[in-house]
Amino acid sequence: MKNILFKSLTILALGAGMLASCTRDLNTSPVNAITSATVYADFANYKPILAKIYAGYAVSGQEGPAGKPDIAGIDEGFSSYIRQYFKAQELTTDEAVIGWNDGTIKDYHWMKWTSTNEFVAAMYNRIFYQIVLCNEFIRETQDDKLAARSITGANADLAKMYRDEARFCRALSYWHALDMFGNVPFVTENDKVGATLPKQTDRATLFAYIEGELLAIENTLKDPKTNEYGRADKAAVWMLLANLYLNAQVYTGTAKNTEAATYAKKVMDVTGYTLETKYANLFLADNHKSNEIIFAVNFDGNNTRTYGGTTFLVHAAVGGSMSAAAYGVDGGWGGLRTTAGLVDKFTDTADKRGIFHTAGQTKAIADIGEFTNGYAVGKYKNVTSTGATGSNLTFVDTDFPIFRLAEAYLIYAEAVKRGGAGDATLALNKLAALRTRAGITASLASYDLNYIIDERARELYWEGHRRTDLIRFGLFTSGTYVWPWKGNTINGQSVETWRALFPIPSADINANPNLVQNTGY
Amino acid sequence: MVKQLIKISFCMTLMLSLMSPAFAQNTTDTSSAKVNALNDVVVVGYGTVKKKDLTGSVISIKSKDFLQGNVTSAEQLINGKVAGAQITTDGGAPGAGSRIRIRGNASIAGSNDPLIVIDGTPVTDMGVAGSANPLSMINPNDIESIDVLKDASATAIYGVRAANGVIIITTKRGKNSENVQVTFSSVTSLSYNPKQLDMLKANDFKALVKSSGNQNWIKLLDTVNNTNWQNQVFRTALATDNNLSITGGKTLYPYRFSLGNLSQQGILKTGSLNRTSLAFNVTPMFWDNHLKVDVNFKASATGTQFANEGAIGSAVTFDPTKPINSYGGTWGGYYEWLNQSGNPIPIAPRNPVGLLNQKNDLSNTYRTMGNVMFDYKTHFLPALRMVMNFAYDNQSSNGSVFIPASAATNYTTGGYSSKYEGMSKNKLFDFYLNYVKDFGAANLNVTAGYSWQDFYSQTSNNPSYSANGTMIPNTGGLVTPSFPNIQSYFGRLNFNIKGKYYLTATMRRDGSSKMPEANRWALFPSAALAWRVSEEGFLKNSNTISNLKVRLGWGQTGNPSLPVDFIYLAKYTPGASSAAYQFGNTFINTLRPEGYNADIKWETQTTQNVGIDFGFANNRINGSVDIYNKKTENLINYIPLAAGTNLTNFMWSNVGNMENKGFEIMLNAQIIDKPNFTWDFGITFAQNKNTITKLLQVQDSNYLGVAGGGIAGGVGNTIQMNSVGNSINSFYTYQQVYDASGKPIEGVYVDKNGDGVVDAKDKSLFKSSEPTQILGFTNNIRYNKWTLNMTLRANMGQYIYNNNASNLGTMQNIYNSAGYLNNVHSSVLTTNFQAPQYWSNYYIENGSFLRMDNINLGYNVGSIFNKKASLRLSAIVQNAFVITKYSGIDPEVSSGIDNNKYPRPRIFSLGANLQF
Repeated sequence: MKNILFKSLTILALGAGMLASCTRDLNTSPVNAITSATVYADFANYKPILAKIYAGYAVSGQEGPAGKPDIAGIDEGFSSYIRQYFKAQELTTDEAVIGWNDGTIKDYHWMKWTSTNEFVAAMYNRIFYQIVLCNEFIRETQDDKLAARSITGANADLAKMYRDEARFCRALSYWHALDMFGNVPFVTENDKVGATLPKQTDRATLFAYIEGELLAIENTLKDPKTNEYGRADKAAVWMLLANLYLNAQVYTGTAKNTEAATYAKKVMDVTGYTLETKYANLFLADNHKSNEIIFAVNFDGNNTRTYGGTTFLVHAAVGGSMSAAAYGVDGGWGGLRTTAGLVDKFTDTADKRGIFHTAGQTKAIADIGEFTNGYAVGKYKNVTSTGATGSNLTFVDTDFPIFRLAEAYLIYAEAVKRGGAGDATLALNKLAALRTRAGITASLASYDLNYIIDERARELYWEGHRRTDLIRFGLFTSGTYVWPWKGNTINGQSVETWRALFPIPSADINANPNLVQNTGY
Repeated sequence: MVKQLIKISFCMTLMLSLMSPAFAQNTTDTSSAKVNALNDVVVVGYGTVKKKDLTGSVISIKSKDFLQGNVTSAEQLINGKVAGAQITTDGGAPGAGSRIRIRGNASIAGSNDPLIVIDGTPVTDMGVAGSANPLSMINPNDIESIDVLKDASATAIYGVRAANGVIIITTKRGKNSENVQVTFSSVTSLSYNPKQLDMLKANDFKALVKSSGNQNWIKLLDTVNNTNWQNQVFRTALATDNNLSITGGKTLYPYRFSLGNLSQQGILKTGSLNRTSLAFNVTPMFWDNHLKVDVNFKASATGTQFANEGAIGSAVTFDPTKPINSYGGTWGGYYEWLNQSGNPIPIAPRNPVGLLNQKNDLSNTYRTMGNVMFDYKTHFLPALRMVMNFAYDNQSSNGSVFIPASAATNYTTGGYSSKYEGMSKNKLFDFYLNYVKDFGAANLNVTAGYSWQDFYSQTSNNPSYSANGTMIPNTGGLVTPSFPNIQSYFGRLNFNIKGKYYLTATMRRDGSSKMPEANRWALFPSAALAWRVSEEGFLKNSNTISNLKVRLGWGQTGNPSLPVDFIYLAKYTPGASSAAYQFGNTFINTLRPEGYNADIKWETQTTQNVGIDFGFANNRINGSVDIYNKKTENLINYIPLAAGTNLTNFMWSNVGNMENKGFEIMLNAQIIDKPNFTWDFGITFAQNKNTITKLLQVQDSNYLGVAGGGIAGGVGNTIQMNSVGNSINSFYTYQQVYDASGKPIEGVYVDKNGDGVVDAKDKSLFKSSEPTQILGFTNNIRYNKWTLNMTLRANMGQYIYNNNASNLGTMQNIYNSAGYLNNVHSSVLTTNFQAPQYWSNYYIENGSFLRMDNINLGYNVGSIFNKKASLRLSAIVQNAFVITKYSGIDPEVSSGIDNNKYPRPRIFSLGANLQF
């Protein structure tokens, strides 16, 4: 009997022992993962986190070109910031059409977008993804947190510089939000992750916030051209302020042309910036060498891969009889072209800025879906200024200029013409310099605002400015100015004025009861 | 390792067989199977009950009722036999898995797959890299019974993993007999692709291009060739399945040993699967039959050559006027679409034959599973059993992919070469006590226990190389293993009075490492009542009603499936070197903060079930009816977050409720029951209505829902919408307008909201890809030595998006300005659509069907070799025919979106079964 009892007890004890030893297995932690709790203890992690903020404009996820996407709800390749920025700012205008059948993409050019348009949502989500990334970094690099983690001395100074660059990036994205969506949810570093639903802000308040942020970091960032290429410096802050002030009338109802001219002039006065001798070189695989570019989003065929950015701009613009090899890529995607609206702005035949491929293409667009309808644009190439092909045939090396000196000239000339304090002769001379660089020999005696809007098209087309410009000049909506397929008719027609703002995506209206939809949607 | 194990097991078997007396007489039972014997044992998880004592909705299918023929994966054995279980194979590839749904879909974003328990071990639904499907690694010939637990009063004992039902697979055991029985069976099959997609033939294609295209189109035509690409990629495929099993052992050591080999070609050229499997089982008794030990061991080694399934889509679209081979010898000698620089056009389709022949994609997967169960009837209290079970389930795999430098697909990297390894380990420990006691007329049966299960899986992330061995930059990276752990306390009480009144109550408390600490543990209770009315005095002697039982059940279960581990934890993820950012002249690898949900918890489901089991005329007619209502709460859904609140815009969150209501009927009838002639007929019927009842925290009638159902055509386009008040996977389309002759008018849709413009707001929900009714019919006829078994299945009320027609049936699809032509779907001849009309409900087709799944004609030769052996022969046709209105290849598409599926083959088999 003892033996039997022993057997029973052995089995029971074995069972109980297993039971006791196992409960702790529920407390697991990930392998090869860095938790938020530890990441900021090591200063070596700060620069990689800052790099992600900048990379947020370039790549679409952590794998490059595809995998571990930053945002969801849309194909990862589509989700690149610059790709969406280009689509929202250019496809909606006379400068670009796209032939593809991806979702509601054609609604951009037809001006038929609704609050469920996935491309509008992708732009919006990219902007807020960027803002939240910045908030997280700014929150974790506050002075008291740095001190608590024993980040001191030179490291602390660097950390504060990184933090102010993150504030620049946040201001840049908030400017995009202000410009495209107007009345948006507002979050700062004080709003913790997963906490309360953001309140909606209005355009005037947001304008003041962005202005305040930029003025606060104007003197703390590095002097122009002294920071590492790719990172923001004072000139980038000035360019953003100049843009903000130039459009102040649209954003707040009060013009700030003097301020716009003042900040454009600050950039013009930097000795290191000069116009690129050859306009076309600004958009080539080695454009990072240019002294005209003030702030760019960087791409690289091997190290910074995406299906958005300039990879999209080069591939999508190649089709028809164009030789892909001449553009430094392995093939065209046959999508992007332009309308006669842009082509007709190039009235001077000597103007070298109109980089159009016309062989096999018709100027008129009978069918948006047909690549050969509308002139192709060969502005961006994956070829260097010496004719060498970029480092990779699929992924493009060319950087996307956000701000460049020529734009400072145009802002200055426009702000002065609009009544801002400034030097009218200097403005005229700078416009003349752009003409000379373009190869135009006819001199410019004077200029008016009509000249400015057309000159901006000629100089800055396909660089993400057109929608904002047309709105500032009152030409975007209504029927004052029409272009092929505006309003979904072949010759173009008037559209509702409320389309000057995009809708808040319906997904966010549903997720956040604090939000009120923009008028018209 | 597997080879060694095979050796060991074989030796053990030999030893055991030597201990037994010589080979015995054949004892095959040729009488027709007793239909639904009430004393049949049903496996219910941590125990068994007799069918008559069941209180929940459980269907038990025994091996004699399994589908026969070329069956590679276990779940296919019971297709059409269980009311409420929808089993849809993922296509016809060798070893392909199935989508199994029990009583519809209970989750939107989480898994809808039932929990599968093999010999007491819940197995993970994740296969290892290179495995076609985890269930395909178990030899169907080793399976004794499959029990399907449908309602929560039955499944709740499996707690958090049971929301989608439980399928319990029990393998064959040694028979407690004096004789050694050897069975050898062999099945040889031929299969072929029964139907091709309706694309234009070369001459029609030429004519259409010439009549509708411009010079750009016409100059790309080739005049001399006429290639039917679909003929070029498919073949008639051969398969053989051989199985040997030995059972025997005296009372003390009943054992079973089996060895099987399946060698199967795919109907898509170059694909094949070869599986060798072994199973060994012995159940000795010790200590005067107080201790029963159950030892199970299974191993399989599967070699798979994966055919490049990209060839299916390519064969459909590739220009039929092009030759298979080019004459230049470049690109491996295959014709390819080239651009001006002489390189393949990136977006053009690749030569289908080249795709098949230029990719060598091999894998070897190994699985070993085993358990030892000690079932100890205690000496001091024989009514008390202690059961302890140790089990493991290990899988490992390795594979390689090679594409030569000459292949057009990978010319930019000079070909492609990669190797991978995968592994998973699953350990289980169960301990429970079972106490049975009679109190006069009442019977009590109590079980209480603890279960611990640990999973570990990882897949390598090796760099890739070009064909000559140069590493492709930015490939490979860190390996991220996954290692969830589940621990549980469970208990069950069965109580009945006089075998008339039954009460079953279960309780399970589960803890899962997948959830944050605050939400880690949850309780899953259930209760059921049953009344065997036929045992009451007023029915007991009835000749008409032989069985009548009423069942009432209620229970809660969970669904913890999250596609991402540690979703509740704030983490930073390093970026790959190809996602770096340039600062100055340096590329900085980035660190990204991840979005997280600190409050995530599991989905919970509450099920109510009312059932009646009946039997008439001495059970010659018997069956059951079940009515159920399943409510899922806290649906885990991948939903958009309020902008600015998290480090991502979509997050797994618990938002939403869903409901499945339905009823099921199972009916079996022995229509003829004579010594030489029997005819059993069975029918299963299931009706399910799925409704999403909540998707937002705050209800909003303007909220559309969550888009899903990605389609081919454009990028990122979807065709389905999950919205409140509608079934899951409903199609979201424009209503097509037709002209007087009934032809769809391109781009003209009904202005649903009447605002004068047709835009995205005019899309509406139109039908769902989920069937509303599923039927199965079984006929088993025996006449003398002949048997004929037929299984038919039907799905009603399911709709299919004909993505092949919508994507390929447009004039614009023919010519691509990059410089190539695509073949066009013949629907364009009807629609004459120029541009794609992806969202026209013209492409939503009725996918109801009736399929003759299986016809099996058998002949029992009887004794041969001087009565030393017996032989049975059979001829089987699988997928014999399909009756449907659907215009595509096959209406049974698990996703509801029909686009370049691997076609289901029609299979003819001959089988022989020899017993010594």
